Amino acid sequence: MSILILAEHDNVSLSANILNVVDAANKIGGDIHILIAGYNCGNVCEQAAKISGIDKVIKADAPELEHGLSENVAPIMVDMAGTYTHVLSAASTYGKNIMPRISALLDKQQISDIIEVESPDSFKRPIYAGNAIATVQSMDDIKIITVRASAFDKVDNEGGNAIIEDISSKGDSGLSEFVGQEISESERPELSSANIVVSGGRGVGSKEDFALIEKLADKLGAGVGASRAAVDAGYVPNDYQVGQTGKIVAPDLYIAIGISGAIQHLAGMKESKIIVAINKDEEAPIFSVADYGLVADLFDAVPEMIEKL
Amino acid sequence: MKILVPIKRVLDYNIKARVKSDQSGIDLNNVKMSINPFDEIAVEESVRLKEAGKASEIVVVSIGSEKAQDIIRSAMAIGADRGILITTEKAIDTEIEPLMVAKALKEIVAKENPDLVIMGKQAIDDDSNQTGQMLAALLEWGQGTFASKIDISDGKANVTREIDGGLETISIKLPAIITTDLRLNEPRYASLPNIMKAKKKQMDIMSLEELGVDTTPRLKVIKVSEPPVRQGGIKVENVEQLIDKLRNEAKVI
Ligand SMILES: Cc1cc2nc3c(=O)[nH]c(=O)nc-3n(C[C@H](O)[C@H](O)[C@H](O)COP(=O)(O)OP(=O)(O)OC[C@H]3O[C@@H](n4cnc5c(N)ncnc54)[C@H](O)[C@@H]3O)c2cc1C
Ligand SMILES: Nc1ncnc2c1ncn2[C@@H]1O[C@H](COP(=O)(O)O)[C@@H](O)[C@H]1O
Repeated sequence: MSILILAEHDNVSLSANILNVVDAANKIGGDIHILIAGYNCGNVCEQAAKISGIDKVIKADAPELEHGLSENVAPIMVDMAGTYTHVLSAASTYGKNIMPRISALLDKQQISDIIEVESPDSFKRPIYAGNAIATVQSMDDIKIITVRASAFDKVDNEGGNAIIEDISSKGDSGLSEFVGQEISESERPELSSANIVVSGGRGVGSKEDFALIEKLADKLGAGVGASRAAVDAGYVPNDYQVGQTGKIVAPDLYIAIGISGAIQHLAGMKESKIIVAINKDEEAPIFSVADYGLVADLFDAVPEMIEKL
Repeated sequence: MKILVPIKRVLDYNIKARVKSDQSGIDLNNVKMSINPFDEIAVEESVRLKEAGKASEIVVVSIGSEKAQDIIRSAMAIGADRGILITTEKAIDTEIEPLMVAKALKEIVAKENPDLVIMGKQAIDDDSNQTGQMLAALLEWGQGTFASKIDISDGKANVTREIDGGLETISIKLPAIITTDLRLNEPRYASLPNIMKAKKKQMDIMSLEELGVDTTPRLKVIKVSEPPVRQGGIKVENVEQLIDKLRNEAKVI
C-alpha cells in the first residue's frame, strides 16, 4: 500500500493536523508520501521531511499555488494519484475544499471525516451530527479520505529524514483568484489542538462580556471557543465556532459557559476528556454530557474562578 | 442570470437521529423531515439576488423520494420559480452518494444551463461536505465554498469564505458553484399568500434512472451504530468544589 497525504500550510509552517493524519495513515499501513503545494514553501517541506515515518516529501512550488486554490491544487494530485492506494488530508476547511474535487476528477467516492481505521478499506465516520457512527467499506481502487484530526494521536514531528522531490504545477486554471484574507491573530493556543478549551455561548450576552471567557481561558492557558449563537450574535469571529459545522475539538478539559448543549454543539466537543458546564438552567442538556456541572450565574461563577485559580 | 439550487430533504435539525435496531441505518419513519438548513440559506440567497435585479430565474432541484415535493414547494414559497424532482427509491442518507448526486446535477446543469449554482456546504444527515466541490470538478467550473458573503458583478462572483483561520475572499469566474455557510443570511419565513402561489408553480418529475446516471454504489455501509454514550457526571456545589475536582480528581489543571 502507498499513501499520499495532502498537507495544509501557509507557505511558512505546516499545520499541526498533519501529525494526526500521519497517525491515521500509519493505521492503514504502507509507504507514506506528503505533497506540499505552495509558493516559496521550502521551509514547509523541511518540516514535513522531519516527521517520523515519512518516506518522501513532494514539493510543487509555483505562484499559482500560493493560496491553495482548489482549482489549481487538485489537478496536480489527480496526475499523481494513480500510483497510490490512498489519498488523505485533514478534514479541515483546507482539506474539505480540495479533496472532493480530486475525488470527482478521479471518479472516486470520498470518505469524509473518518474517526477510525478498521482495515485498509473500511472506516468509521460519524453521521447525523455524531448521533450515529457508520462503518463504511470502499469499493474504489483509490481511497480518497479526509481525517478528523481530533480522533487520532499525533505522531512525532522529529526524527524523520525523508527525501524531498520536486514536481511541476499544472498551471493556473484561470477559474479563481485569491483576493484577500482576514486571519484571526491570537496569542492563545489554537482551538483545534489546545489541551484546554473554554467556550462561551449566548448566555454570555455581549461582545464586551465575552472578555470574561477570554480572561478565564488565559488563566488556564486555554484556547477559546464559542457556540454558533455566540458567533451569530457577533460576540466572536466565525473561526471560534465549535460543532457539527464548525470545529471539532477533543481537549483534556472543555469548559462550556452559558451554552445550552444543542446536538450541533455537542457534535463538536463531546469527545473531550473532561467536560465542565456552567449554566444557570439546571435542565440545560449540556449537563447530560458534563462530568462536572455547576448550576450558577456565569457572571458570579466565572469571576470567582478567575480569582481562585 | 439563471440560478440552480440543489436542495436535499433531511431529518429536521431539531430531531435526534435514532439508530435502527438492526443497525442498517437511521429510522426515518414518521419523523419530521425538512429542507437541509444550508440549502434553505442557498434558496434565500438566490431570492435576494433576484430581488436585487441580479438574477432572472431560480430553479430548485432535489434528488430523493416522491415526498421531496414538499421541500420543493417550500423553496418555491420563499421565491424559487420552478422545481425539478429526481426520484429514487434508494435510501437518501446511505445509498445515494455525493458523487452520484454530483453526476445527476451535472445532467441537470446541461439541460438548464444556469450561470450559477448555489447549494449547501453540507447535508446534515450524511455530513459529507462534498457534493458542491464534486459538481464543480465535473463541470470544470470554479468553486467558492463555505460562503458567508457573495457579490456578483461583471461575470464574476466575489465570495467571502469561512475558513479555519478566519475569512478569505476569492473571485471566481461565472458559471461557478458556491456553497453556503451559516452566516450568509437568515432565511425568511414564507407568507401564506406565497405558500398558496407556490402550489401553482411548475414542478417536473423524472426518475434518477431516466437521467442515465451511474448509480453503482462505491461505498458499502456495513453498519450504523450508536455512538458510545457518555456517562453523565455530577453536579458540584460551588466554584471552590469545581476547582478542587479539576485539580485533584480529574487532574486536568
Ligand atoms: C445546520 C445547523 C448547524 C449548526 N451548527 C452548529 C455548530 O457547529 N455549533 C453550534 O454551537 N451550534 C450549531 N448550531 C446551532 C445550535 O442548534 C444551537 O442553536 C446553538 O448551539 C445554541 O447556542 P447556545 O447554547 O450558545 O445558545 P442557547 O441555546 O440560547 O443557550 C444559552 C444558554 O445560556 C444559559 N444562560 C443564559 N444566561 C446565563 C447566565 N447569566 N449564566 C449562566 N448561564 C446562562 C441559558 O440557560 C442557556 O442554556 C447549528 C444549527 C443548525 C440548524
Ligand atoms: N439528494 C440531493 N438532492 C439535491 N441536492 C443535494 C442532495 N444531496 C446533496 N445535495 C446538495 O449538496 C450539498 C452538500 O451535500 P453533502 O455533500 O452530501 O454534504 C447539500 O447541501 C445540497 O445542496
